[in-house]
Parts: sequence; C-alpha cells; structure tokens
Amino acid sequence: MSPQYTKTVMEHFTNPHNVGEIPDADGIGEVGNPVCGDLMYIYIKVKDDILTDVKFKTFGCGAAIATSSMVTDLARGKTLDEGLKITRKDVADNLGGLPPQKMHCSNLAADGLHEAIHDYLRKQGREPPLPPGAKKEHEEDDHCVVDVDSPIHIEDTVPKP
Amino acid sequence: MERVYFDNSATTKVDPRVLEEMLPFFTEHYGNASSLHSFGQDAYDAMELARERVGAALGTAARDIIFTSGGTESDNLAIQGAAYALASKGRHIITSKVEHHAILHTCQFLETQGFKVSYLPVNEEGWVSPDSLKEAMTKETTLVSIMAANNEIGTIQPVKELAEVAKEGGAIFHTDAVQAMTKVPLDMSKLKIDLLSLSAHKVHGPKGVGALYVRKGVKLRPIIYGGGHERGLRSSTENIPGIVGLGKALEIGMSEMDESVAKMSAVRDRLIEGTLSSVPRSYLNGPRGANRLCNNAHFRFDYIEGEGMILHLDMRGFAASTGSACSTKSLEPSHVLRSLGLKHEQCHGSLRLSLSKFNTMNEAELFIEAIGPVVENLRKMSPLNEKVDYNVATVH
Repeated sequence: MSPQYTKTVMEHFTNPHNVGEIPDADGIGEVGNPVCGDLMYIYIKVKDDILTDVKFKTFGCGAAIATSSMVTDLARGKTLDEGLKITRKDVADNLGGLPPQKMHCSNLAADGLHEAIHDYLRKQGREPPLPPGAKKEHEEDDHCVVDVDSPIHIEDTVPKP
Repeated sequence: MERVYFDNSATTKVDPRVLEEMLPFFTEHYGNASSLHSFGQDAYDAMELARERVGAALGTAARDIIFTSGGTESDNLAIQGAAYALASKGRHIITSKVEHHAILHTCQFLETQGFKVSYLPVNEEGWVSPDSLKEAMTKETTLVSIMAANNEIGTIQPVKELAEVAKEGGAIFHTDAVQAMTKVPLDMSKLKIDLLSLSAHKVHGPKGVGALYVRKGVKLRPIIYGGGHERGLRSSTENIPGIVGLGKALEIGMSEMDESVAKMSAVRDRLIEGTLSSVPRSYLNGPRGANRLCNNAHFRFDYIEGEGMILHLDMRGFAASTGSACSTKSLEPSHVLRSLGLKHEQCHGSLRLSLSKFNTMNEAELFIEAIGPVVENLRKMSPLNEKVDYNVATVH
C-alpha cells in the first residue's frame, strides 16, 4: 500500500467513520477550498453542551478523508470546550503521523470541527472564543498558492532555480 | 489478487530480451569504453552498436546520437546547450504551456539568466497551433521546443508543421519525444527536427539512460564538463549496460511498433468507451483518435479528488496515476490540465491510465468493472456532489 501513509491513515481512508450529513445539524463547519483540492464540511449535534453526533463530508485526498474521519471520532461524546481543544496535532498524532505535505489536512479537520462549534455557539447567541470573521488558523497556511495568471505552475516542493 | 499496471507513462517493465542483452555488461564485459585494452574495446563496441540502433530508430546516422542519463538531462542539454550556444544571435526561446517540467523549469532558469521565453497556449485538446508559433517568432528567436506527445493527456503535436515554422523563422527546433518513441513515427530524414530527447525506461528499457539526437551542424554548449566523452557534450564514464539496454529496447520497439500500437489502441479505446459509458459525469481529457497516443486514456470525474481514486484502485490491484508522477508531491493541479481551460477542482479529479504492449483487453474489462464503484464511493463522501454544476466546455 501507499508508503507515505500509516496503517491507521489507510484504515480510516478505506473505512471512514461518521460519513454523511446531519440534516438538522446544530452547527456546520465549512473549511478548505475545492480549488486547493480539499473541502470539508463538519456537522454537529449538541445536547447539554455535549457533542452527541459529529459527521463529515469531504472532497479531498486520502489524508483529507482520514483526518475528517479521525476528528469526528475524537470529538464524539466530548464537551464543546473539549472539542475546541482538539488540536491539529491531536488529529495527526492519532493517525500515527502524516507526510509533511499532507499536514495541512489535519489543520483543516481540526479547524472544521472548531468552525462547527463556533457556528453552534453563534446560533445560540453565545460568544464564541474567536470573534466572527476572525482569520481561521488554516487560512494562514500557504499550501494552496495558485497563481492563475502564471503561464505555468511550479509545485511548492521544488525549489525554483 | 491479479495486479494490473496502467502507469506506463511513468515507467515501463524492462523487456526480458533487453535485460538478457544487458546482463553480461555488468559482470563479464565491464570495461570502461575509454580504455584501450580489450575490456575497454568490448564496452566501446557495445556502445557503438547501441548508437547505431538508436540512430536507426530515428532514421539517422549513429554519430548524431549523444547518450545521457535520461529524458530530463537530454532536455536540459538541448535547451540550455542551444540557448547558450546561440545567445550571440538572440535570446528568445519559444515553448508551450504543456511541456514536461524538464523543459519548463529549464526555461524558467534561463529567464533568470536574461533569456526571454514565450509559452504558447494550447486548445482544449492540448494542441499547439503552428499559426500561434508563427505569430510568436521574432528575429531574436533562436530555439523552439515543443514536445512530440504529451505525457499526461497524450496529445500528439504537429511537430512536422511546427518544425517547419521554426526553421522558416531561422530558429532550431527541439522536441521532447520521451513519450512518443516507439508509438509515433519520427523519421529524422523527413522531419526538420534539430534536437530530439528520448528515454530508455519509457520503452521497456532500463532507468537512468537516455539520448539526445543532435542534427549535424547544430551547435550546443555542454552542461556537464569533464573528460570530453560524447564529443565533448556529455562528459562522464558511459553507462554501458544502460546504453546497451537502450539500444536493444529501441530496436525491439521499432521492429514491433505496428503490432504494439494496434494492440494498445484497441485496449485504450475499450477503456475509454467502457469508462465513459459506465460512470456518470466522467469525461475524457485530451483528443480522441489519431491525435492521441495509442497508450493514453486520461479521465476526469466530477466531484472527487484523484488521490482517493489511486488509493482505492491500488487496493483493487490497479496501478494508475493522477497525472505526472513527477507531480505527486505537488498540491497544485496539473499545469497541463489547467492549460486546457479546466477549473482547479476539475483537474483534481483526473486519472491517467497509460498502457504498454503487455496490457490486455481482459485487464481493460476488469478496470471498467472496478472504476464505477470506486468513483461512487468517493462521491458519497463529497460535499460537492449534486451541489456543483461545472459550467465549462468539456471534451466528452
């Protein structure tokens, strides 16, 4: 199998957990951009500040699907505060690590969960930890620098001469 | 589980007849071709036989062939070598937007050295228009480089016409024929091509060896200096086993070309027809018919990302690619697909199947059975499914 992914990543990619939409979700987190090859929707149901259900839909690579699956596993049954404390590193570590060029997927998954919780809190009239419109952490990544005006696209991993 | 290899544009299996011819040059005839003793002469003779075979494959003299480490080095020697050798005449180079990175990155490097490079656009099938080349030519243009066939979408370029335009404008013409060799007739006695790059491991030869055809009279400046091997253009002790393998692989490839092309074309056409008819919202990237490499089928599947397809197909025994294997570390979509006018998200959902003479019709049928469920499974997970209507012209 793919030498770049751990066995745990491949298990989650092959049989992802918690796939799907929650039609009456209490909060939805949308992160990523299909232009970059990754788009995640994280759906949550909340009761008494407990994440009773967490599901996802993802357009992306093997790592994007595996990290989506992992973050839903990590979040289910947690309190909102505990959910907000799930970090990008938690997602990657629980998958046994990710190749360097795929680490942004763990960023997206954690941020997607946080966005869903923020969405829920805002709908409840409660102040989320981050002000509305604050820059999402993953947006600071430059993994998807696409210059559409450039005649050619050079991958980030290859140093330009 | 039967394993099916559909990634022959990345690399091919070494033909057993090629390996058999190479083996004695590792253990028995291991001399240095520059040595005067009989060990050296054995190696030299084998190298010159290989040179004759490569020359014969191109319809040219053996002396016009320079051995290199592969297609990338051949491209670098051609582009840098010609650009610098002709710099006193002009510093303008023309290439296309769909070239291999061995060309594009080399041209970008030359831009940092004061050269000007024009990157020609392509149409929706990846075709470079000779008229667009004519318009781009200036008095400063010294070199035109357009690939013979595209490594991702299989478009066969009109190199005969393009070479004629370049020559009429006073430039020399290079073509990267790495993917075209043994699949598209390229007779240097009939084409106005000055420089041509090829690689052994794309034609059932070994990795790490290639060649550059240099038409008599064309001046190049070397990019590797040393003992003056290969007429001073490529110093370094020659890779004799590899060179022997290249010669044999091309000899076999050319002698069996008609039969192989017919076989691969039939399997390719079945793959295209079977996949497009069985998978909704699937499209063919690149042209159909005679303008497409006989071994290339390149699909786009809306709403999903290519890597997931590759992994699922691998689990089912199929080796395929999302595009150029050189780009697997890249997170950006293929520059070739973008040049066709596709949106980024459409490029991400592409799949390349590339065949060899060893692939069979039965393997195509197995793939057609497998691809539908793979795509359906990934679409179920995709938030784009049924939410996006890509409003672009597509080649179906």
